[in-house]
Amino acid sequence: MMMNRTYLIFAVMTALMLFVGFIQSWNLAFTLINLCLISAIMTLGVNIQWGYAGLVNFGMMGFTALGGIAGVLIAMPPVPGAWEAGGLGILLGLLLGLGVIIAAIIVWNKTARMGSWRYLALTAVLVIGFFVFRAVVDPAVEAIEAYEPAKFGYLGGLGLPIMLSWIIGKISLGLRSDYLAIATLGISEIIIYALKNEEWLSRGVKNVTGLPRPVPYEIDLQESQWFIDLTNDWGWPLVDASSIVVKLCYALLFMAVLFVLFRLSEIALKSPWGRMMRAIRDNEVSAEAMGKDVKAKHLQVFIIGSAIVGAAGAMLTTLDGQFTPASYQPLRYTFLIWVMVIVGGSGNNAGSIIGGFLIWFFWVEAEPLGLWIIELLTSGLAEDNAFRLHLIESAAHTRHVMMGLVLILVLRFSPKGLIPEVKR
Amino acid sequence: MTDILNALVILANFIVVPAMAYGSQLALGALGITMIYSILRFSNFAHGELMSFGAMTTILVTWALQSADISLGVLPTALLGIPVAIAVTVVLAITIDKTVYQYYRRIRAEPVTLLIVSIGVMFLISGLIRFIIGPGDRVFTDGQRFLLKARAFKQMTGLDEGLAIKMTQGITVATAIVLVVLVFWFLNKTRTGKSMRAYSDNEDLALLSGINPERVVLITWVITAALAAVAGTLYGLDKSYKPFTYLSLLLPIFSAAIVGGVGNPIGAIAGGFVIAFSELTITFAYKKVLTYLLPNDMAPDTLMQLLSTDYKIALSFVILVIVLIFKPTGLFSGKTI
Repeated sequence: MMMNRTYLIFAVMTALMLFVGFIQSWNLAFTLINLCLISAIMTLGVNIQWGYAGLVNFGMMGFTALGGIAGVLIAMPPVPGAWEAGGLGILLGLLLGLGVIIAAIIVWNKTARMGSWRYLALTAVLVIGFFVFRAVVDPAVEAIEAYEPAKFGYLGGLGLPIMLSWIIGKISLGLRSDYLAIATLGISEIIIYALKNEEWLSRGVKNVTGLPRPVPYEIDLQESQWFIDLTNDWGWPLVDASSIVVKLCYALLFMAVLFVLFRLSEIALKSPWGRMMRAIRDNEVSAEAMGKDVKAKHLQVFIIGSAIVGAAGAMLTTLDGQFTPASYQPLRYTFLIWVMVIVGGSGNNAGSIIGGFLIWFFWVEAEPLGLWIIELLTSGLAEDNAFRLHLIESAAHTRHVMMGLVLILVLRFSPKGLIPEVKR
Repeated sequence: MTDILNALVILANFIVVPAMAYGSQLALGALGITMIYSILRFSNFAHGELMSFGAMTTILVTWALQSADISLGVLPTALLGIPVAIAVTVVLAITIDKTVYQYYRRIRAEPVTLLIVSIGVMFLISGLIRFIIGPGDRVFTDGQRFLLKARAFKQMTGLDEGLAIKMTQGITVATAIVLVVLVFWFLNKTRTGKSMRAYSDNEDLALLSGINPERVVLITWVITAALAAVAGTLYGLDKSYKPFTYLSLLLPIFSAAIVGGVGNPIGAIAGGFVIAFSELTITFAYKKVLTYLLPNDMAPDTLMQLLSTDYKIALSFVILVIVLIFKPTGLFSGKTI
């Protein structure tokens, strides 16, 4: 019964894609498919945190950005001159920063009996530590940025989503759900701010372009003889065909990744580990009474989910061929991914994939669709009617209204989502 | 002696006055969040959009008044639009409560569910606002711009540094004080206020005492929507009005509420000012101040900023995260549900 419904929804999805391809353009259809695949992977990651363990993580944009920058740092070669200029200083500074935080935590724990002097001691440690950190890091940063800043403002090979998610998880997982949501949202904002402004790491808002990619370049395709012959035989326009083929290659790659992740998630779901996570989610008190270290388990899930989201982020950067920190807007995309998780079905991996596909599809298609509906509704009015013009101009905003309505209606009438969790 | 006065005036002009205005706006917003959290027991992510909606209504009314040539002289015309905005926002809030949130109260849903529902509401209202007024920038202040001009100040005191107070900043602080006093008087001195506090402290006992829960909820929404409309309008008057800035204002407001102690009205107000003052103090370039205060040969050549200005907004989250790690109940020990 459930399987039939799943297949039906996948069939509908395929039909929608074909529809877009025929009515609008194949280029658009394939761009859409690629972004849908990436959204599906992100939704899988979030589903592992929310569906398996009940953790509300609003910070996945930060991890996507981290995944993107990890991709950049690994793909681009390090710049030797910049490394010599300030690399050591930066490393020392970061270790020092870590040391300050550890010192603060130790001070906090040891001064439990001191009453209100505790806060003073803590503030003193943090403030002094901050100034020392700056004294070490600032000269190193200046040295790196001074080394041909327009061309090479970045180092190579630091910081991955896994490491940072461990730290973030340690900090925030003791909090209750509302607070966890807000704390993770705030932390992801901080991460993205740091990426935007710390030019020594990733060129900040100047962006990194020209990333190497695993599929052929359109130009190369357009110039290779076998491809030209192929398009001539079939009667396709050359430029269009080359970009479609490139997108198809990406789509196949992403589908392979998605398939592997999906199989792994399904195995995890049906395993004893999965049952334990669901038991903790459903009744935390009993799980603790049985001796499960809830915080450690939550940390595990948090890291796994964040790693998956980071992978999606790396894929996104490869797809775009560039790393643009300014395009990661936590406040918009975080909530969009949550709509995907909820609508698809919390706790169900197939549901997450479908949720990812459908919601991203409607997010993009809402504008042409809204325009079409508005034109239909106002077709009775005159061409230059002010009301009609205003509505048509605002058609782009129907996507917000649509997302809001979808989320509210799904949570009200079908809170388990399109494909509910299968009770085992 | 004059050096010290000059330094103080710079600090007052660039830190104290803006922080008082910004802190009042945050405080009003945080007060609304805290009331919803303590009485309705969920974090309302749609609050920023409620503020935006109030500001939008004020703008529409202001345009109507301006085209009818009605104005308030030195004060901005928008002040006449505020009562209308409050009324409309209250109606919107109550409608949303009756159609969306009431169901979840009835089935006793978890706070997380309500949080996600409020995100849906947030999308809906933001789409509606953009539909009505479009996403562009709107400036709608008029009337006298400055309450105290920098030049006038310099002439009055004979100092080198001027202190300027914008009319909107003065209005913000004055309105905030009036509203806060009203809200506190209501909560502490009236019977309805007492029943709301009782409902917030212990829901079951309050119901047993015969308090009408629907009435409490209604009044909560009225107060929250009114505060949101006023806060949104004041923010829009002070800076300009752009629909999506209110989404990014949501996080400093939540930070303010949590830092002060969620569920505690005094905490919300204190939190608002803490966040505002820290944002401005930590990202301010102290070069000029230090030049005045220190002897000449020790004068700094760099900007002497603790953190660059880009980090202004990130700072409120850093404070939030620090507070959440070390003292999650906030400065004034709010409640946790």
